[in-house]
Amino acid sequence: MPTETRAVPTPWSGLRRLTGAPVLLGLIGLAGVALFVLPLGAVARLAFFGTGGGGDAIADALRSPQVQRALWNSLDSSACAAALAVVVGGGLGLLIGLTDLRGRVALSFAILMLTMIPPHVTAIAWMQMLGPSSVLLQALGIAPALGSTHPLYSREGVIGLLALQQVPIVYLTLRAALRALPRDLAEAARVSGAGPARLLLRVILPLLGPALLAGFALAFVSALGNFGVPALLGIPGRYVTLPVLMWQRLASSGPAVLADMAVLSVIIGGLAVLAVWAQFRVLRRGAVALIGPPQQALRLNLGRARPLVAGTLWAVMALVVVVPMLAMLATAVVPTYGVALTLQTLTWQHFHEVIFVQAVTARAFANSAGLAVLAGTGVAALALATGALSRSSFGLGARAVTVLAEVAYAVPGLVISVGFIIAFLKPIPVLGLSLYGTHAIILGAYLSAFLAVGLKPVGVAFAALDPALHEAARVSGAGFWRRFWRIDVALAAPAAASGAVLVMLMAWNEVTLSSILWTRGTETLGTVIFNYEDGGYSTLAAAMSVISVLATLVLLGLLHVLGRNLPPGIIPWRG
Amino acid sequence: MSITLHQLTRRYGAVPAVDDLSADIPTGCFFTVLGPSGCGKSTLLRMIAGLEPVDAGTIALEGRRVSGPGLHLAPEARGVGVVFQSYALWPHMDVAGNVAFPIEATGIARRAARIEAKQHLASVDLDGFADRRPADLSGGQRQRVALARCLAARARIVLMDEPLANLDPHLRAAMEDEMAAFHARAGATTLFITHDQREAMALSDLVAVMRAGRFEQIAPPQDLHDRPASAFVAGFIGRGVVLDCTVTAVAPGHAVVRLSPDICIDVRASDPGIGPAQVLLRPGDLRQDPAGVAGRVLHCTYRGDHWEARVQVPALARPVLVHLSQRAVPGETLGVAFSGGWVLPAG
Repeated sequence: MPTETRAVPTPWSGLRRLTGAPVLLGLIGLAGVALFVLPLGAVARLAFFGTGGGGDAIADALRSPQVQRALWNSLDSSACAAALAVVVGGGLGLLIGLTDLRGRVALSFAILMLTMIPPHVTAIAWMQMLGPSSVLLQALGIAPALGSTHPLYSREGVIGLLALQQVPIVYLTLRAALRALPRDLAEAARVSGAGPARLLLRVILPLLGPALLAGFALAFVSALGNFGVPALLGIPGRYVTLPVLMWQRLASSGPAVLADMAVLSVIIGGLAVLAVWAQFRVLRRGAVALIGPPQQALRLNLGRARPLVAGTLWAVMALVVVVPMLAMLATAVVPTYGVALTLQTLTWQHFHEVIFVQAVTARAFANSAGLAVLAGTGVAALALATGALSRSSFGLGARAVTVLAEVAYAVPGLVISVGFIIAFLKPIPVLGLSLYGTHAIILGAYLSAFLAVGLKPVGVAFAALDPALHEAARVSGAGFWRRFWRIDVALAAPAAASGAVLVMLMAWNEVTLSSILWTRGTETLGTVIFNYEDGGYSTLAAAMSVISVLATLVLLGLLHVLGRNLPPGIIPWRG
Repeated sequence: MSITLHQLTRRYGAVPAVDDLSADIPTGCFFTVLGPSGCGKSTLLRMIAGLEPVDAGTIALEGRRVSGPGLHLAPEARGVGVVFQSYALWPHMDVAGNVAFPIEATGIARRAARIEAKQHLASVDLDGFADRRPADLSGGQRQRVALARCLAARARIVLMDEPLANLDPHLRAAMEDEMAAFHARAGATTLFITHDQREAMALSDLVAVMRAGRFEQIAPPQDLHDRPASAFVAGFIGRGVVLDCTVTAVAPGHAVVRLSPDICIDVRASDPGIGPAQVLLRPGDLRQDPAGVAGRVLHCTYRGDHWEARVQVPALARPVLVHLSQRAVPGETLGVAFSGGWVLPAG
């Protein structure tokens, strides 16, 4: 056996070590400043200290009847939708998470489709399903009379569709909490003589209280920032929410009203941050320390009711997920909106139109695909760097970026967009480049708004890793970059990839961020669909929506396959 | 000296985990740190590896100072090998990849490193396992991969953090032999952390008993058993009872102690003073003898090849332990003869 000692590292390897973690810290710091500090700081500065801003401007805005009504509508719709989502999502979570229902993964997947299909597409699909020319309602003979107001163009319509979109958020929060619940607690209650009802009411629901509250807060914040649903249903229904009001003002006056935008942004952004903060406070006070490892969840026996429950659930899922999609598809294949769908009227002309004829739609597909891929890979890279940094002596920098990303995620998307316009409208000093009107400004907004989505799975993966794996590499003589590539990146890559696909999905489907950032040449899929629908081209909007949903399904399938090699909890519908 | 620790201190908040600890570990020595959980032994290992900073004191490896005031050489530059309790095999690399990693870290190309790694795998009898994943190996095989990775690093100092703790008891004995063989083959100074006194006794040249961040005693295993320096060491290693006594006469290496007005015995001692002292009585220092002092059996436990009885002799403050060849019934009276003991050093 050779026993001579290998060469001791030379001084210049010490120099290279110096350029390790600090370089990563610099990169993360730069991203943090460009993506979060500059845009959000610009909004705050303009709102509080700029010309046309300040305390008086905020007070004036709050006194304006228009803003008051929009603010009230926002609070009303978000709170009602979140409450509805807690009832429905919570019930689904308990039913699927606690019983021996079959096909839980498939059901979870179906529930998740409610958020995976973007709000504006959902709104279009439901409008087709319940409108006067609905194939479904006509067949049932209960279609509203032609010319009557669409039933969804109302407060109730907005709340209903918002709630539908938030159901998966509550459902996922509850399922995660159920997974973390030690099975012993439930079994101890059962051997103490508690039947299923007592077990649910006295043990499980009290322990799930914090999760339900967290679900409510998340759903509330998400509904508060929603643009697609209130824009498509609320504008015709004269039920204007704050994000829609902001979009209307910006669309009619352009960047001239930036100070006004900043003031409204501070109001709605402050509301969102306040809601998240209040949730943290309540959660911390109400937290009950759970002792014991998480285990396979309880499987309460539904007995003879099982086929009935399963059948009902699937029927409801079909009604809220599949039927609206079919209605949308039906609209996409008739010559003009309102024509009944028969074999004679069936036509693919709208698909031909949006794919081959219209330059703007082709551009939108290309823009959204490119932006989604760049946003996904960018977020994955930033998440990996942040994860590796959190293990080094610069962990504080990683935590700071994580907190900033969480704030940006909570803040309504429109606020992020306003921030990017204010911060990057003027040319960047030295470079003399203006980002406004380029793809870069949309990409920046995507990175800012979606970084938290990519940080989460990578954070889970890093937390699940034995620290000794990293230490073993250190004592094996590996320097910073060798450890970064061979250990950190290699081990967290599957989680980062799943985060990247999630971000791609969100970027592909989003409309809120780009609705005020797009210019001619940088149209996104969401804005084109929205503008077609808004402009009355329902058949073209439906055709584009169908293609976008198909692409979404392909990405979801990819995620499902990726999920095979991941720890449970990263792919939402698995486990 | 291969590892020199001087007044080493590490605190977590106000509580010292390692407290003003000094020791010299000779080159090639198999040095075991033995102590109960929470005594600071893992912190000590991590400080030597460079995974943990020191608050005060110095560490020198092979004569080179690596930790001290204002000095902290990074773990990757220390050239020590570590066998982790969890083995820390990288799940995304195959067995050869794991072993090749430290070789690659010295700047050798991946392909050449893999070839060299296979030689190290052969030396731990894992020839055919190069392309397996760590997840597909048994506990003992993973242990051997971790040892091979240490060999590949050609470290002159190997630190082992309870490497046998995760193995089945029957496998542990076999791995002890492999550890000894590994140490003989690599010739590296080995610092072995354990809470299992049997492991420490079986493997070590020197054992340091650690308690509350300090070494209570550093000695070869047999000395530790026969001549413990304190009541803690006496209680931690082997079976036995410590009793108060009075030293009435001394001779080089010996003393006569009085346990009660009627019981005086000749015991081993190292330079005790006349007067009150404490004596350790191991089961081997007593035997059943009808002519001895009468005592009442309190409890009798089967220990494999003998019975261990706890016997209360009325004149003594505490029951003593006696090995019996047959079972005794609690309440039974039997005679006990004292044939030796060890006077614990004062202080």
